[in-house]
Amino acid sequence: MPLIISANFGRPNSDTLAGYLANGGYEGLKKAFSLKPGQVMDEVKKSGLRGRGGAGFPTGVKWSFLDTKSGKPIYMCVNADESEPGTFKDRHIINRDPHLLLEGIAIACYAVGCRHAFIYIRGEFFKQAKILERAVAEAVAGNYLGERILGTEFSLKVVVHRGAGAYICGEETGLINSLEGNKGQPRIKPPFPAVSGLYGCPTVVNNVETLAAVPWILRNGGEAYAKIGTPKSTGTKMFCVSGPVRNPNWFEKDMGYPLRDLLNRDAGGMCEGLKLKACIPGGSSMPILTADEVEKANLDYESMNALGSFLGSGGIVAIPHTFSMVSLARNLASFYAHESCGQCTPCREGSGWVHRLLVAIEAGRGRPGDLELLHDLCNNMRAWATGPQPILKWIGKDEGLGGGKTICVFSDALAWPIQSYLVKFRSEFEEAIAKARPSVSVGQVVPGHAEQHSAGTRAGASVH
Amino acid sequence: MAGWLESSGSIDMAFELSEKTDKRIREEILPRYPFKKSAILPVLWAIQEEKGHLCREALLYAAQVVEQPPAHVYSVLTFYTMFFQQPIGRFHLQVCKTASCEIMGCRQITDRLRQRLGIDVGQTTADGLFTLSQVECLAACELAPMIQVNEDYYGPLTPEKVDELLEDLKSGRQQVKPCL
Ligand SMILES: Cc1cc2nc3c(=O)[nH]c(=O)nc-3n(C[C@H](O)[C@H](O)[C@H](O)COP(=O)(O)O)c2cc1C
Ligand code: SF4
Ligand code: FES
Repeated sequence: MPLIISANFGRPNSDTLAGYLANGGYEGLKKAFSLKPGQVMDEVKKSGLRGRGGAGFPTGVKWSFLDTKSGKPIYMCVNADESEPGTFKDRHIINRDPHLLLEGIAIACYAVGCRHAFIYIRGEFFKQAKILERAVAEAVAGNYLGERILGTEFSLKVVVHRGAGAYICGEETGLINSLEGNKGQPRIKPPFPAVSGLYGCPTVVNNVETLAAVPWILRNGGEAYAKIGTPKSTGTKMFCVSGPVRNPNWFEKDMGYPLRDLLNRDAGGMCEGLKLKACIPGGSSMPILTADEVEKANLDYESMNALGSFLGSGGIVAIPHTFSMVSLARNLASFYAHESCGQCTPCREGSGWVHRLLVAIEAGRGRPGDLELLHDLCNNMRAWATGPQPILKWIGKDEGLGGGKTICVFSDALAWPIQSYLVKFRSEFEEAIAKARPSVSVGQVVPGHAEQHSAGTRAGASVH
Repeated sequence: MAGWLESSGSIDMAFELSEKTDKRIREEILPRYPFKKSAILPVLWAIQEEKGHLCREALLYAAQVVEQPPAHVYSVLTFYTMFFQQPIGRFHLQVCKTASCEIMGCRQITDRLRQRLGIDVGQTTADGLFTLSQVECLAACELAPMIQVNEDYYGPLTPEKVDELLEDLKSGRQQVKPCL
């Protein structure tokens, strides 16, 4: 099994240009320069590479959507915002092999005709931003970036741009707004960034891991990449395992790798005395898998969809039998209520309401009908018209799901997991409600939970 | 933490940016962008790096260099969690409280810090050394439960390690190693 992203992670000085060159670095860029930009794009299309930021959209196809006829400059935004709970792969890529990312950026920009790329990196990554800035300076000095790269006509300026703490800036149009110097609020689509993105110009947004796969594809060819993994989910993927397993870590695996093996073999299985109850498969936004479903799950886009979930960002969180699903739901609802950008009423108010209900249920102040209310709220938070079929299947009905209620799928990203917990672990919620003390009214401040909200909410949606 | 627009009397008349930072902003940061407005975040970062927080005059200065109305810059500044309008402690202890970290016991970590420092979340110790915050997933879930202190990540933590870390920070030694 070839390692495509992490091959050099353990090698000496893998974060320096000298170390990178010693490992065959920038050979993919030289190969790209021997081809026409269109041929580079074709090679990436042939590879079947799909976006690793969460949506899994074919990368080469996305590049080909760029409006090159408008005569406007084309921009690239590299998404290093890495904020999806459970995900920490991009951080390791930048730590251990920043030039891999830079080479991927250079090849992609050559393919799409971009001369100005921005790496949007989350504000908390102080060290990673410094690593990237140093790497960019090294690459410019070595003429792998900058003016007339390696003696060609192609010039490329790469700017590292730090965010300042906001999950929603990972959404591509939120990222663009943030980069333009606005609040990082997502934009209504269409127009899509490929037509009108940064500064109203055609823009491609790609995740760090997506671009880090590109140098290998150029060196070895798209066909070689397509042979790895499954027919529709090609190549390898960085999976992140956290929670009470013996060896929480990132693992690069071929697409289609069994989730069971990842958890039990690679991550070493659950810690002493704990049993796996459930598993978040691809970042906190994704519908949960039960322990039974984990047994059947393979880590590729199609297998995950067949189970009614998504591969997402590859952030896998093991939930032990000792941890309550009500608490997990409350924890994530708190996250989403805090991070909602506040533009859309269903998302701003819905996330806060869902959170308040879950806080109450957890604290023994739930009421009959709360679960139906939660379902109803979630159904009213959808941007996506229907949601993928398997999700409808386990929600059990499709009326009232009509989408288009919000600007971005952030609010779906709360609705999906919460509804999946409600459906798959209903008894835990029912028990919590059955145990409730009816004398205490909902809306009262819960001792011990107040600290959860002390940071206040960005959306202004009050959580009490 | 209250914003200065709400609190009267916090105008820092002594605001003066060092020549070095001013030069860095005008000669390094602004030219990176085709439009000055794009430089709002890096300009605010550069000021906060020097001053520790962003006072009213800092905002007016930033608005002037990026050629935007102060109200716009203020709307941007308040959208993000990492800009401070009031001074904070020398060490900003940010405990991650999202899923993996809660499963792995971040509440114990927060409780220990509260206990040891005698402050609640959102407060600063009287000596100005420590500010305690809770934050969302820091993309280091393999280190859960983890904490960010200024630019450094530490994890996985136990209450005992928390004690050690506090000792380290107070005394300037480095027994507990930060993680990349
Ligand atoms: C709420 C939300 C948050 C997102 N956060 C991230 C993120 O942190 N990092 C990322 O790469 N993509 C994130 N995405 C996906 C981006 O919008 C975009 O699809 C992606 O960066 C495209 O790159 P790719 O095609 O290479 O995957 C997020 C999407 C949504 C809706
Ligand atoms: S769905 Fe939520 S996060 Fe997305 S734009 Fe609307 S309010 Fe903002
Ligand atoms: S949940 Fe704490 S770092 Fe991700």
